[in-house]
Amino acid sequence: MGEGMSGALPAPAPGKLDRREAVAALLENRGRMLVVSGLGSPTYDTFAAGDHDGNFYLWGAMGGAALMGLGLALAQPDRPVTVITGDGEQLMGLGGLATIAVSAPKNLSIVVLDNGHYGETGGQLSHSGAGIDLGRVAAATGFTAVMDVVEESDLAAAREAIGTVGGGPRFITVRIAHVETPRALPARDGSWIKSRFRGHLGLGPN
Amino acid sequence: MDTAERTDSPWAPIIHAALLAADVRHVTYVPDAGHARLIEMLRDTPDVVTTVLTTEEEGVAIAAGAWAGGQRAALLMQSSGVGNCINMLSLIAACRMPFLAVVTMRGEFSEFNPWQVPMGSATEPSLNLMGVRTIRIDRLEDLAAQMASATTMAFSGDQAIAILLSQQLLGAKKWVKE
Repeated sequence: MGEGMSGALPAPAPGKLDRREAVAALLENRGRMLVVSGLGSPTYDTFAAGDHDGNFYLWGAMGGAALMGLGLALAQPDRPVTVITGDGEQLMGLGGLATIAVSAPKNLSIVVLDNGHYGETGGQLSHSGAGIDLGRVAAATGFTAVMDVVEESDLAAAREAIGTVGGGPRFITVRIAHVETPRALPARDGSWIKSRFRGHLGLGPN
Repeated sequence: MDTAERTDSPWAPIIHAALLAADVRHVTYVPDAGHARLIEMLRDTPDVVTTVLTTEEEGVAIAAGAWAGGQRAALLMQSSGVGNCINMLSLIAACRMPFLAVVTMRGEFSEFNPWQVPMGSATEPSLNLMGVRTIRIDRLEDLAAQMASATTMAFSGDQAIAILLSQQLLGAKKWVKE
């Protein structure tokens, strides 16, 4: 069975945006924003946009990025918190969208870089590639701010939204192209990332 | 029921006091009968945020995010929920984060439901395999000291700790209301 024939759902239009350019645009002049990146390419994209002490790069914990963002957003209510993850990672934590919607932190944005495929494992079709619209899932759980970034011209509004402390929780699907991107690998030592991140907030390592 | 008048679940006020004494400000949970009174008490406590989860592993990730942001969190769950947490505990181990869970045990003393036994039997070894120290409480009089110890080891000692409230302590689940 080929792509687009995997079920009853109509296949989505393929994304067009370059993931590196999209993430760089979203994180430009980020100010006090804190960022959690989901494992795989979103972590590489976040690092490639410019290493930052306020970045928490995940290299595992699949399905947990948005929830880590929730814990962080509630602990740091005066800062915008942005989770940048992929469709596959978010699909592993769909229940978490309901948890976030019920908790309703106003300073949290979930940005899903959606190419409809699992980039780290050989490019297999994901549920979103098979037609599940994650933005609609988020809206159904109770996210009131849901945005779809399809064109480059949509990025400016998304950039402004995620830089805001109010108005969340926000769910933004960024329709990226399914193409190979060179890897850009940040530090993998979680303990170091944690201590650097806490240091950025004026906290000690423990 | 007014939580102040309740006499059931005598472990609840002990855990509540220990969490507050340790400045735990965020408590996540999947609803559970053994934790019901504690959950009510926490929901009535100003300055403590409670978050209800769809699955226990969410609480592991939330705790990590809270700690990254300078806040102390704890996770309340039943032993069956421990199984749902396993891979997410990688986050705690890889980042050497504090982690504190209070687990109500099923599948042991006087268990009537065979479906609770596999995970109940595997709760302690699976937590240990993922680097979480387990402290089993069989007697109520041990709880206050062990909770205080657990919060210190977790948040000052960077350890992952699970307090296991044994089914004998909690009382076997009554299937029919009396």
